[in-house]
Amino acid sequence: MPLSVPISYTRYLDDHGQPSGELPGWVDDPQLLLDFHRQMTLVRAFDQKCVALQRTGQIGTYASTLGQEAIGTALGRAMTEADVLIPYYRDTATQLQRGVAMQDILAYWGGDERGSAWTAPGALEDFPICVPIATQACHACGVASAFRIRQQPRVAVTTCGDGATSKGDFLESLNLAGVWQLPVVFVVNNNQWAISVPRSLQSAAPTLAHKALAAGIPGEQVDGNDVLAVYDRISIAIERARAGKGPTLVECVTYRLGDHTTSDDASRYRDADELSEAWKHEPIGRLQRFLHGQGLWDEEKEQQLQRDLGERINAAVEAFRSLPEADPGAAFDHLFAELPERYRQQRDELLIRAAALGGSAHD
Amino acid sequence: MTERKPVCMVEAINLALHRAMADDPDVVVLGEDVGPNGGVFRATVGLHERFGFRRVMDTPLAETLITGIAVGMAAQGLKPVAEIQFMGFIYAGMEHLVSHASRLRSRTRGRLSCPMVMRTPHGGGIHAPEHHGESTEALLAHVPGLRVVVPSSPRRAYGLLLAAIADPDPVIFLEPSRLYRSVQQVVEDDGQALPLDTCFTLREGKDLTLVSWGAALKETLEAASRLAEEGIDCEVIDVATLKPLDGDTILASVGKTGRCIIVHEAARSYGPGAEIAALVQEQLFYSLHAPVQRVTGFDCVIPYARQEMAYLPDVDSICEAGRQTMRGNDQ
Repeated sequence: MPLSVPISYTRYLDDHGQPSGELPGWVDDPQLLLDFHRQMTLVRAFDQKCVALQRTGQIGTYASTLGQEAIGTALGRAMTEADVLIPYYRDTATQLQRGVAMQDILAYWGGDERGSAWTAPGALEDFPICVPIATQACHACGVASAFRIRQQPRVAVTTCGDGATSKGDFLESLNLAGVWQLPVVFVVNNNQWAISVPRSLQSAAPTLAHKALAAGIPGEQVDGNDVLAVYDRISIAIERARAGKGPTLVECVTYRLGDHTTSDDASRYRDADELSEAWKHEPIGRLQRFLHGQGLWDEEKEQQLQRDLGERINAAVEAFRSLPEADPGAAFDHLFAELPERYRQQRDELLIRAAALGGSAHD
Repeated sequence: MTERKPVCMVEAINLALHRAMADDPDVVVLGEDVGPNGGVFRATVGLHERFGFRRVMDTPLAETLITGIAVGMAAQGLKPVAEIQFMGFIYAGMEHLVSHASRLRSRTRGRLSCPMVMRTPHGGGIHAPEHHGESTEALLAHVPGLRVVVPSSPRRAYGLLLAAIADPDPVIFLEPSRLYRSVQQVVEDDGQALPLDTCFTLREGKDLTLVSWGAALKETLEAASRLAEEGIDCEVIDVATLKPLDGDTILASVGKTGRCIIVHEAARSYGPGAEIAALVQEQLFYSLHAPVQRVTGFDCVIPYARQEMAYLPDVDSICEAGRQTMRGNDQ
């Protein structure tokens, strides 16, 4: 009976920050643990700032990553600069860890294409955020195919939500990755909700990781709120892919503590008790308690960290605010490598319309 | 070494693929049955044997995937040439063409780009099964950022395909399946590309401009010959690149003749003929001697094989439209 095939589930820290078994050897590196904590704290503070900027009309719709900070942080850290990230739209944590500047992320959600034109050296070949569901999984297979064709020891890593696993693009990609044994890792952020549709209405599969089995590739679950577990398992999957041993699907089980986006109101469809229960499992407090237990963290350090991060975020917001308005002609200048003469006139018309709007072109 | 024997269009396409793959290690070919089978129309014959499985890839039977992985490969700087077996199956890949391939450069302000080619057989008239006779080029030509190219002869297929592969942006290359084996020409396998974004004037004339592309040019040229016998001197323009459209060549011709008929297999409403007619009236309204006409497929589902020829523009219809246009304002 195929459904009885067991899927492994990895967790190293419980909700109280207590090890629930033997920890991997790399946990002995305190700097890595402190880096995780610092980065996740940054992600949460920056995320809150993004929501606040949306609420005050300074950026557009934003997809909060609240409660899912461990996944992107661990994932971004597990990748090397040579690897390529093909993200979806709830990947602020991953992008930050890859080195994309906060002001670029703000520019993107603030409605400026330059937000995906980042120059971060570790992310130069990374894809921009993908809005159409699951399509990025196919692109990741294409990127991984390029690595395979050129015989480069690089890995493509793609992310998606639980809802995206229902789409053909995702399943077709898993299938191809299996047939071609591509150096690709599929990371599913199963945060239990696809806007208002719960995980139970997406699939009758016992876990989303089971979807890997039909493609003939390994699938596993990790506790997505345990940064140690996510980092450990995704690192193994990435190195496995790099070694030519094929793709892996890692389902990170977590919870969307926020709304789907700033345009959504989850209280319309989600039980308040479920949400408050989910808060007990969130990832940052868990790691913090572990660090306290190890003597690596205290209240003073926490306050200092919050101050430092606050300053960094404010500086990024300032840089975003002072970004000069883009040249409206860029919409044509980047349509093709070279603008066909035929569109010159349309470009001029666009500039006239933009000029007529004056400084309020972005309103 | 150059080839001097006459070849049909599908052989010319095969020559171009061999040439492009030999000249540039970044060119790769992917699709259904493109490997050892050489493609269902034999366009990819010999590539697998010559360039190996790494560069000539039989994919699983999934058009969304084929289109999507071509985007990913192209973003890495490869030049994937993906084959969709028939145009009727391209729709599964539309999301990738519309939302990704066409705008990856724009979305990243040039940080990434998408130099891919999507080849697919186009048009009816080969008595193939249902969904195998589509002429839905307008769906693609409407999308900002996509180039749409349709060759009409073996030579143009060779030169335009080389140009499409060399182009730094995505190109949809529609191959008229009715012409795959029906016409032969000597094709110099010299690696010379033909220009994109340019119409080709196939016949010069002073009375009437006939604008067409792909397989319908066969009937259009025949109509031009027949009309010539009646004393109507037709200029025939092969659009070749539907998007971006070379309006200059069309306008120069219609500016000279004052009369224009657009011939296409695609359904009439919202077809590319409407775009060309609009362009002509915008620029030349006061020098037109007659209304611009269209001879096209119909706004119905293309009939199955037994009656599909009734759907396609025929020589008589083009000639009749030509005579009417010549009567035009003098009526």
